[in-house]
Amino acid sequence: MFESLFSGESRLFDEFRRMEQEMDEMFGRWPWPAGIRSAVRGAYPPINVGATPDSVDIYLFAAGLDPKAVDISVQQNLLTVSGSRQVPAKEGVDYYRQERYSGDFRRVITLPDDVDPDRIDARYRDGVLHITVKRREAAKPRRIEVK
Amino acid sequence: MTEKQEVTSAKTGEVRKAEDRPGPALYPPVDIYEDAEGIHLQADMPGVSKDRLTVQVDRDTLLIEGDAKIDMPEGMNALYADVRSTRYRRSFTLSSELQTDAIEANLKDGVLTVRIPKREEAKPRRIEVRTG
Repeated sequence: MFESLFSGESRLFDEFRRMEQEMDEMFGRWPWPAGIRSAVRGAYPPINVGATPDSVDIYLFAAGLDPKAVDISVQQNLLTVSGSRQVPAKEGVDYYRQERYSGDFRRVITLPDDVDPDRIDARYRDGVLHITVKRREAAKPRRIEVK
Repeated sequence: MTEKQEVTSAKTGEVRKAEDRPGPALYPPVDIYEDAEGIHLQADMPGVSKDRLTVQVDRDTLLIEGDAKIDMPEGMNALYADVRSTRYRRSFTLSSELQTDAIEANLKDGVLTVRIPKREEAKPRRIEVRTG
């Protein structure tokens, strides 16, 4: 499970990435138009999206978030997560590094067409916001019994 | 010969967990500031719980390490991934005026806060100028 979502085991993904990098080098950019809502790599918070036949799971890696300051909305198959993570700078101290994100954020994720916008669940634990969107029953692969 | 070792461990029925696998670790973003009391460090390590976090000092090196644990349903396929590892690791060199045996660490919602106090004699002192 971990392999498929995180490490370099996902062959398809790696292949795609390699292709994308090669294309980037050759043409300077992706030869066909980018998704209009796609974000640049490095956007805050980083997200991972995984799917099972039952649900689509979105993970937002946003430590130190106030769950009340997060807004999750779905319109058709577009999931929008917006909010704010404030890291107030201390006064009268010397900063050596300030790498942590501070400010507002918004990420839009295009979900598969078969999701059920009425069945969404979100949990925040250890700095990870996990959103589960259930898929419609009809969309699940079914085994048809031969009589 | 790494492959051979893997086969052997598979035979004994040991399943290597992904988090045990040495892979590229993530470099957690940090804020570091100093005040009269000492140095304060904050690191974003989302997904790491207290029992999967290590903060250790070896001589003059502060090492921060953590493993993220994410709930994932069985049989999940990745559609998109910004985060490509579940391991965080970053180290810093400390200087001698810091009191390495009095370091305090605290973890909340994936944010690690480390406080490294200065030795008493290293704290800035205000020198009173006497007249007369």
